[in-house]
Amino acid sequence: MSVLVGKDTRVIVQGMGKTGRFHTDKAIAYGTNMVAAVHPSRAGETEVFEGETDHSGVPGRDETYRLELPIFRTVDQAIAATGADASVVYVPPPFAADAIMEATDAGMPLIVTITEGIPIADMVWAKRYLEGTATRLVGPNCPGVITPEECKIGIMPGYIHTPGRIGVVSRSGTLTYEAVYQLTLNGLGQTTAIGIGGDPVNGTDFVDCLSMFNDDPATEGVLMIGEIGGTAEEEAADWIAQNMTKPVAGFIAGTSAPPGKRMGHAGAIISGGKGTADAKIAALEGAGVVIAPTPTDMGAAMMEAQGS
Amino acid sequence: MKIHEHQAKEVFAERGIAVPLGRVATTVEDAVAAVRPIVEESGNPVVVVKSQIHAGGRGKGRFKEHPDLGGVNVVTDGIDGGVEAAETAVRELAEQMLGSTLVTIQTGPEGKQVNRLYIEQGIDIERELYLSVLLDRATSRNIVMASIEGGTEIEEVAASTPEKIITEEIDPAFGLLPFQARSIGYQLGLEGDALKSGVRFLTALTEAAVVLDTDLVEINPLVVTTEGEVMALDGKVSFDANALYRHPAIAALRDATEEDPAELVAKDNGLSFIKLEGDIGCMVNGAGLAMATMDIIKTVGGEPANFLDVGGGADKDQIAAAFKIITADENVKGIFVNIFGGIMQCDVIAEGIIAAVEEVGLDVPLVVRLEGTNVEQGKRILDESGLDLVSAADMKDGAEKILELT
Repeated sequence: MSVLVGKDTRVIVQGMGKTGRFHTDKAIAYGTNMVAAVHPSRAGETEVFEGETDHSGVPGRDETYRLELPIFRTVDQAIAATGADASVVYVPPPFAADAIMEATDAGMPLIVTITEGIPIADMVWAKRYLEGTATRLVGPNCPGVITPEECKIGIMPGYIHTPGRIGVVSRSGTLTYEAVYQLTLNGLGQTTAIGIGGDPVNGTDFVDCLSMFNDDPATEGVLMIGEIGGTAEEEAADWIAQNMTKPVAGFIAGTSAPPGKRMGHAGAIISGGKGTADAKIAALEGAGVVIAPTPTDMGAAMMEAQGS
Repeated sequence: MKIHEHQAKEVFAERGIAVPLGRVATTVEDAVAAVRPIVEESGNPVVVVKSQIHAGGRGKGRFKEHPDLGGVNVVTDGIDGGVEAAETAVRELAEQMLGSTLVTIQTGPEGKQVNRLYIEQGIDIERELYLSVLLDRATSRNIVMASIEGGTEIEEVAASTPEKIITEEIDPAFGLLPFQARSIGYQLGLEGDALKSGVRFLTALTEAAVVLDTDLVEINPLVVTTEGEVMALDGKVSFDANALYRHPAIAALRDATEEDPAELVAKDNGLSFIKLEGDIGCMVNGAGLAMATMDIIKTVGGEPANFLDVGGGADKDQIAAAFKIITADENVKGIFVNIFGGIMQCDVIAEGIIAAVEEVGLDVPLVVRLEGTNVEQGKRILDESGLDLVSAADMKDGAEKILELT
């Protein structure tokens, strides 16, 4: 009834620092099945989380939570003890690629990497390491993955999401929140929202997500949010033209960006005439995608794509 | 992070990558003093005086103050007149070039002030080639890109004669393998000593690119000398800013005078800021939303004065710093704050805005759009502050309102 994650997903956290702890707490409050943490020097300890759940006041749901999360030395040990099938990485940039490779080596099916600022060369290594394995990497430098009211892996605010029939995939963080919020306001709930991240080297791309949403019986349409730089949106357009059986709406950020300047994301640079917003919009429109003319029209564009 | 050509060549030389002899000069006297040792060591009476700025197209560029003078000048006076004649010519050039403003296709019409010169040995060139090492985002690997069309912008070659572009993918586990280096050499038409020299050059350059975490290394032109040596006649290098922590020596090469002062202040405060030409200042959380905010300002007929991403977890001080940067721009006639609070909470943003206005004042209209976590508290804090601002219902409403007010 969703892609990548759902209510049965068992999640471990790599990187239980201040950020990791904060977001783990939010994930538990949301109802995510967090099963363990990995920390090299705190193995054997537990980390205690307690508070009011996000469903406080909703009939039939827990008002409060208290969880003693066990800490393991390695990902391998965490999987063996808990049967975890997803990991979220908050490890600081210098060590994040190593954390990804460790989880890959342990056979983790899904690794969602939130960390921003990982050296590109480290990610080139990590991608090489992932080749030929069954592990899927989402990110880095992304808000994460959420299946509303089932599983929240990452840093997105849970309350803006509503369960429903639209798949969301995006390179941006806060712009994804904007998109999801507009869908929710338009009465369009989401199956799963995936932030693939803004870095030039990332694990999962638009085509992977479009393909998953296309195969997911619960998903009836997809909203994709791209931005300037690279050619991932153009590749997505090709794939949509060839394979997509469901309506797709989109928005591309950066029509006003001057060439050669980096707009926050390392990936968002227009170089050598490639990767402009106009080229991406033309390619997607050519593939039948309804493009929102402004960022406030994303929800409306999705409605239009669905013919409603 | 970009560095100067002379710095790139120093880094190259340390890693066994062939470059001409050269010396950097920031004064006329230093430029003149560089001539004799270079001529004596190289045995070539010709020297080249090159402007050092972080922009390409220097050879074809012209100085504002000296419209006939290019950014790169070959001094041949030494051929007949000896070292003294070369020194005199270099003195005249340095006097005109240092402190003057060079305008190239990459600097924009305002140009860039030349504060450093690089005095380099003349090279007897047989062929000019092109070489670069960069990330191929489609494969998530570095590639070597080469072409026999040296001296031409690679974008032009790609557009007009794409068949002349040679690429080899570098597997990070193996690096550039010898057969790959030879293959590039063959395709560049290198033979004999030049082939050997080219393979050495390629191997050393690709190793340096990986070891030093470069974003881009571009050698244009890469030259084959009449003696059959392959050498970097120019060198453009930029480094992955996220990896600079492990290269302190490279980080020390930063030339702050080449960067926009406001962008530097932003960086010091953990903000991502780019100055633009318009008059509507923007403060946004998140890069994608910040770009989208600029887009919508343009859509409704305005021009953004900047890109400013305060990031995911900015505190009061950072918000205040962001405000100062925006208001310091004399072009700014109004400010649009667009926040979608996720982890960043709207009440914290609201307090940051109030603190900033109290500290730096506000004499232009301010439109604030808040959404997300703790939005009601945030709006209440702003309402109760008595601050002279306009609330917006959504992004488009905010863009339209700020445009009306400016």
